[in-house]
Amino acid sequence: MARELTFAEAIHEAIEQEMARDPKIFILGEDVQLLRHPLLQKFGEERVRNTPISESAFIGAATGAAYSGMRPIVELMMIDFFGVAADQIMNHMAKITYLSAGQLKVPLVIRASCGGGYGDGAHQSQTIWALFAHMPGLKVVIPSTPYDAKGLMIQAIRDDNPVLYLEHKLLADYWLGLLAGANRYKDIQAEFSVPKAGTKGQVPEEPYTVPLGRGEVRRPGKDLTVVSVGVMVHRALAVAEHLAAEGKSLEVIDLRTLVPLDRRTVIDSVKKTRKLLVVDEDHKSYGLSGEIAASVAEEAAGSLDDYKRVAALDTSIPFSLALERVMLPSEESIERAARAMLK
Amino acid sequence: MVAKEVALDLYRRLLGIRTFEEKAAELWHQGHISGELHLYSGQEAVSAGVCAHLRPEDPTAADHRGHGPLLAKGVDFKKMMGELLGRRTGLCQGKGGHMHLFDPSLSYGCGSIIGAAMPLALGPALVAKMQNRDLVSAVFFGEGAANQGTFHESLNLAALWKLPVLFVCHDNRWAVSVPKAQSTAVPWNADRASAYGIPGVLVDGMDAVAVYEAAGPLVQRARRGEGPSLLEATCYRFRGHFETDPLVYLPPGEIEEWKAKDPIPKLERHIIESGFGTDQDLKRIREEIRAQVERAAEFALSSPWPEPELATQHVFV
Ligand SMILES: Cc1ncc(C[n+]2csc(CCOP(=O)(O)OP(=O)(O)O)c2C)c(N)n1
Repeated sequence: MARELTFAEAIHEAIEQEMARDPKIFILGEDVQLLRHPLLQKFGEERVRNTPISESAFIGAATGAAYSGMRPIVELMMIDFFGVAADQIMNHMAKITYLSAGQLKVPLVIRASCGGGYGDGAHQSQTIWALFAHMPGLKVVIPSTPYDAKGLMIQAIRDDNPVLYLEHKLLADYWLGLLAGANRYKDIQAEFSVPKAGTKGQVPEEPYTVPLGRGEVRRPGKDLTVVSVGVMVHRALAVAEHLAAEGKSLEVIDLRTLVPLDRRTVIDSVKKTRKLLVVDEDHKSYGLSGEIAASVAEEAAGSLDDYKRVAALDTSIPFSLALERVMLPSEESIERAARAMLK
Repeated sequence: MVAKEVALDLYRRLLGIRTFEEKAAELWHQGHISGELHLYSGQEAVSAGVCAHLRPEDPTAADHRGHGPLLAKGVDFKKMMGELLGRRTGLCQGKGGHMHLFDPSLSYGCGSIIGAAMPLALGPALVAKMQNRDLVSAVFFGEGAANQGTFHESLNLAALWKLPVLFVCHDNRWAVSVPKAQSTAVPWNADRASAYGIPGVLVDGMDAVAVYEAAGPLVQRARRGEGPSLLEATCYRFRGHFETDPLVYLPPGEIEEWKAKDPIPKLERHIIESGFGTDQDLKRIREEIRAQVERAAEFALSSPWPEPELATQHVFV
């Protein structure tokens, strides 16, 4: 039976159900006994383990535990902190399966928050998902709704490969509350334009999976294909709604995972609309928007009449909200690009 | 025992930090400062006692809780408050914010990746050594950061190359919600210094005079070219980890217990008992600093926002 859950509750429920099913699953990371307190109460300290601030050690340990028969969920509080453990993630977690010719499996999930838009500065606001998608051997999951948050988490846990699961701070409301300070705003969600459909939605109570590598057409349309992930899917949907009032029809695709990447859904859509706009909260250069363009060029160049991208500028994320608003994509910048393509 | 001038100087530094921090908290709760805010209230004695030995040109690095050393070195309150509010007039035009503050006039920089400051602090120390300058590079971090690999790598490299570095560890007992006993295999970080053959000193970080007296020989040693050392100061975050900290993990009464050791009244008593000043003298200092902080807040609140064009400036120079 489905009922309304928040994005964060959906993730929690997925993990709780999976931990109850499979004793091999355990959680480790900084402050997890606080952040995941209900799981601590239910499963105890052995399976919900606070770590020192030693990302290299505990993420490396998670990889080692994974190829030794367990299925860790390792929490990297914010994706910005990955650099401390970059070698463990990129050279070991991602490569061991390949280098051992498949003899070793690394079934683990890195759970991390990501994303900006609430004025927290350069080391707290990045998405940088392209960095991980670039590394062969890592799957990358970016849910945008509570339904997907649960189904993708269960699928990520059951996958026999390392999966990076990114929860956007604007969608996972406890992060936004903790970091931006919920109590000082009349309506924190309105303050930071949090998309409602991303934070609350119908979620079935029983466990279910959403496959990795299958995008979802969130809104069908015929004039322009808009491709995105995470919060920006909702921004794109809002723009599609505005423009529909003017008789323009946008098709909005939520990729849901960057690796595997559902190129087929994008290409099929472009064949229909002949116009492609990619919206990415990650930096513009060398990222998702370029990858999508290249994939379409390789397989369906003749179907594409126009292409644009609206992405985070190629700068660090500035602290001042006055600058961050310029630096990150917004409904305004998406709408401007879409209008230019529909003239 | 310290001289009158030293005691009064420490007092000004303590008050500068506390007064600024409490104002920043007020502005944050009013919504004028975005994002997280990790304040230094309660830990003032550590920065005051160390920075009293530093010159403006002594390189200083810190972490997310980095207001203390910057204020203790005498930053322009207006520019710092401007930065916290994300304004054009801030130290970094609003690009850095409270966790990423840079003030070259005080050779100061901080960032919020835990453990990142220690390697960075080695660089200016190396330069000072290569150029035969008697500078000391001071780096401030929490006891949580002492479990990053960078702590051990940096101590080793500093010791190996005999760099003029003072590692200053705030042992405020907690790393967000994780107590030191749950994160650190040995009771004291000061003891870890012995693994690298350098002095490790433990001091009461709630006592500005004690920190001043403990830091002095370590700074002077580094200035003389005798190499790095580690100072561990026990202290406490009076306002929790950050302004939204639910504090649910704290044992009841712990904050109150530590507030009873507040370094400010402690130093006030010391000053009065030593005959260095009267209640009236101290009140005058408090009022003067309060007025400076208020002016800084007004300045920041009335400062312009950075122009949109600034967003793309300074990726490179
Ligand atoms: C590499 C990294 N990991 C995690 C964090 C999140 N984080 C911010 S402050 C903090 C606790 C730091 O504790 P400590 O070093 O003792 O400093 P304190 O906050 O107590 O001053 C954590 C875990 C971070 N900023 N950087």
